[in-house]
Amino acid sequence: MKIIQRIGLFLFAIGFIAFIGSLFISSYTLTQETIINNAQSKAQATILTEVLAEVVNHNYTSKWAFVSAINNEIETLNTAYRENQEWDKVIYNQKELLFYFTKNSTVGPIKSKGTLWFLLTFGVGILGAVLTNLFSYIGHAGIKNNGIFFSKWKSRGWIGMILGGFLILFYILLYWFPMYIAEWALMLDPLSKSLSGNPASQWFLYGFLYTVAIITMGIRFIKKYRHNKYQVVRTISVMFFQTSFAFIIPDILARLNLPAYDLKNIFPLDYTLFFEWRLDEYLANGFIGYFMLFWSISLFLIGVPLITYFYGKRWYCSWVCGCGGLAETAGDEFRHLSDKSLKAWRLERFTIHTVLVFAIFMTVAVIYAYITGDNHFLGMDTYKIREWYGFAIGSVFAGVVGTGFYPILGNRAWCRFGCPLAAYLGLVQRFKSRFRITTNGGQCISCGNCSTYCEMGIDVKWYAQRGQNIVRSSCVGCGICSAVCPRGVLKLENGAEEGRFNDESIFTFGNDGVRLRDDL
Amino acid sequence: MRHIVIIGNGISGVTAARHLRKQSDFKITIISGETEHFFSRTALMYVFMGHMRYENIKPYEDEFWEKNRIDLIFGWVEKVDASASELKLADGSIVKYDELIIATGSVPNKFGWKGQDLIGVQGLYSWQDLELLEENVKRTERAVIVGGGLIGVELAEMLKTRNIEVTFLVREGRFWGGILPKEEGQLISDHIQSNGVNIEFNTELEEVIDDGKGQVKAIKTKDGRIIQCELLGLTVGVHPNVSFLKDSEIKINKGVLVDHFLRTNISNVYAIGDCAEFYRHPTDRKNIEQVWYTGKMMGETVAQTISGNETAYQPGVWFNSAKFFEIEYQTYGWVWNKPKENETVFCWQQKGKDRMVKLVFDKNTNALLGINTFGIRLRHEVCNAWIENRTSIDTVIQNFGGANFDPEFFAPFEQELLDQYNQQFNKNLVLKMKKSGRIANLLSKILNS
Ligand SMILES: Cc1cc2nc3c(=O)[nH]c(=O)nc-3n(C[C@H](O)[C@H](O)[C@H](O)COP(=O)(O)OP(=O)(O)OC[C@H]3O[C@@H](n4cnc5c(N)ncnc54)[C@H](O)[C@@H]3O)c2cc1C
Ligand code: SF4
Repeated sequence: MKIIQRIGLFLFAIGFIAFIGSLFISSYTLTQETIINNAQSKAQATILTEVLAEVVNHNYTSKWAFVSAINNEIETLNTAYRENQEWDKVIYNQKELLFYFTKNSTVGPIKSKGTLWFLLTFGVGILGAVLTNLFSYIGHAGIKNNGIFFSKWKSRGWIGMILGGFLILFYILLYWFPMYIAEWALMLDPLSKSLSGNPASQWFLYGFLYTVAIITMGIRFIKKYRHNKYQVVRTISVMFFQTSFAFIIPDILARLNLPAYDLKNIFPLDYTLFFEWRLDEYLANGFIGYFMLFWSISLFLIGVPLITYFYGKRWYCSWVCGCGGLAETAGDEFRHLSDKSLKAWRLERFTIHTVLVFAIFMTVAVIYAYITGDNHFLGMDTYKIREWYGFAIGSVFAGVVGTGFYPILGNRAWCRFGCPLAAYLGLVQRFKSRFRITTNGGQCISCGNCSTYCEMGIDVKWYAQRGQNIVRSSCVGCGICSAVCPRGVLKLENGAEEGRFNDESIFTFGNDGVRLRDDL
Repeated sequence: MRHIVIIGNGISGVTAARHLRKQSDFKITIISGETEHFFSRTALMYVFMGHMRYENIKPYEDEFWEKNRIDLIFGWVEKVDASASELKLADGSIVKYDELIIATGSVPNKFGWKGQDLIGVQGLYSWQDLELLEENVKRTERAVIVGGGLIGVELAEMLKTRNIEVTFLVREGRFWGGILPKEEGQLISDHIQSNGVNIEFNTELEEVIDDGKGQVKAIKTKDGRIIQCELLGLTVGVHPNVSFLKDSEIKINKGVLVDHFLRTNISNVYAIGDCAEFYRHPTDRKNIEQVWYTGKMMGETVAQTISGNETAYQPGVWFNSAKFFEIEYQTYGWVWNKPKENETVFCWQQKGKDRMVKLVFDKNTNALLGINTFGIRLRHEVCNAWIENRTSIDTVIQNFGGANFDPEFFAPFEQELLDQYNQQFNKNLVLKMKKSGRIANLLSKILNS
């Protein structure tokens, strides 16, 4: 058992080294064909061919030099256009061009032996991860938290810091400098083409890695909590929704020339839903387009309140959502790092509702612009608002901070402090829902396991030790508090709204003193 | 303003303080020498095993005390002068009180074994014991634990996480034999052994052997066997921590003697929790109660009395719970290790699984008297009501689903339980209440088939 786990770890290490190494072994030659294939228009192709004459057919051994050579030419060009106020000629798709130029100019083994490299990196890495995870947590089934606070990677030790640094770097490259990781996408071209018919973009790369992370780490999670059926079912659910709805179905939709969106992604987490290019796309696609728009709006308007009323926010946050899915699987080992202080709770309520207001404000502005054709809303440029939201919330908060900071802030920093959908679900859960975590009479021994392992930073024991049920807007219903409780005190339940909130009674359940006194 | 002083910041003292604060405007001071802030004693094991750190086992944030105007003094009380209503602390300072609550908890038992004070011999009760254990395990490859009770198992589990070979000396023929009936003892003994712990039943400690440098090297059992070990854990029970009261006017026996209002022989001095001993317990329980829950209840009760609502200590139906490695245990009412004259016992155990339900009922009235469960969680309120109302065993069996507190999707067991009951007692009962949750039930059926 142990030996297989070791072998798995070894394979994973090989895959990972090859994966990183794959970024450094190619040279790059830009051809005219690449320019023409990737330019947005004929005019753009012509001008690019002209200014990049020096670069074309020249072999660069350094990716850095290659990218900056192209970048410089485009920058010079753009500066000139801007000076001459030739706005329509400005090359706005610079980042995308650089990504595809680099990807398609790659020369060397990654290009010529793509399948082999795919297997060596992703293949070996995934095999290793699956083997390790299948053979970890051996012995009796049960709670496996031994040594978590001694761990160098799980408890903010140096390995955790390196891991965090790596994740942050990955997100920065992905969002702002995808050309430097173009080889990874290149290796995925065959897979991407088989699904959507298109070559792999950086978003396909991201979706693939995301799905792989949820599946491989989901296997680990299931192994770890195999004694707890609630955990098993819910993890299978997030693995399913990620693989199908988030990853495969959009690609199939793309192949069918339909709007290619994740149909379980709900506004306002899906903050571009009402952007004009999306509305136009839906409206241009006849019945199916209308249906998809209708579906997304209904999920937001009816689905969320209705299902949350019956089951609580958990139906989405820890059963369906991709962000939640990654947090629960890949992020599980970091759940104890969330801050449980009252201060953090106060901050959380402020930030998450601010983001919700920001998202709604942006959407109103965008819809206003769409209807009136006037891009100024309350004196603000709606494009600027979108840009800001996309940058600050969509990329920095949700990506860099949300995932990159797993080993520092815990696995649900985004869900807790930033996600506008979580804020909305939370309001419903708090004020109109049948869901609560029931506290079992007077059985709590204030040990603190529940609070420690609450990824949302809820101080569960605060309620449990007072015999109170837990009704909190942030609770995602992961059920881990109930799982780790050594005294069987907590149970996630849906039931009559009456009695959901119960104040601390004067006496612990089981103390009959007061009852007797009142009888006298 | 009246000044209430509490000695001891454990669950009893802190509960009293919290409830006094809710009921009154008195000045409240807690004096304690173990740690500056209240921590959960029951969670000590989790700190050692790396599940939590000290910060995590403090039930309240450090700001809580000031916010609630509860003054904390970190120090040891050396003397109580009841006639002057004042305390003398180890640092020489004097604290005056109007009302005193003694909540000083317990200290581990030692039975005068030869070598019991050698380095490497210790109990597990306080934060300092945990620190000492961290020191002691550095040189430990093999450990012996004496005393097959709850803390002993916890210690065994703790040591196993550091890859230490553990031998458990149990006086009885099965684990926790003084409390658990045979089936339960067997189930737990098997489980402990399957976790790699050696249990020596019917074995008692004779003496501890010195390695010549004042450190434990081995132990000798009563039947003359020598077992090598670098650590000896003594978990043979605890007794009230009252030695500092010896020369005071406050009456003590094993613990501080109290009446039903938790008042000592001195009218403005009370005692609660592990350290209190009733002259005569208000119910059928022993005069000293050494569990978390009773400490909490006594704290609540005494706060009522001191703030003017004279209230007698009146615990309801007994309950307790524990966890033995992976197996959770709950108990409600009384299940004796040997059934009494008037009792009938029904025991259901799932084949191949560590799940068990034991129900004890009255032969003549059929009233439910006690429940033990292993690997199954039950609803406290429901069990409490059944026992309190002397509900008939048939009703209990038919409605057992109503007491099920297992997480969603866990395999239901009520039908199996009922079938066995029907067979054993020749009845034709049908299930009335299933575990709640329709979808969850359906799915768990599919999953567990
Ligand atoms: C390892 C372990 C696990 C346990 N697990 C469980 C369990 O699962 N369930 C359960 O019901 N019970 C359990 N118990 C028992 C339970 O913890 C005790 O019954 C309970 O903590 C007693 O609370 P208390 O407030 O009466 O005393 P304590 O918690 O002992 O608090 C008394 C405090 O007073 C301090 N003190 C004593 N003398 C002085 C003095 N002269 N001056 C100043 N301060 C003083 C002590 O240092 C201590 O901090 C466990 C006990 C241990 C040791
Ligand atoms: S884990 Fe259970 S016993 Fe421990 S504090 Fe939480 S509810 Fe109480």
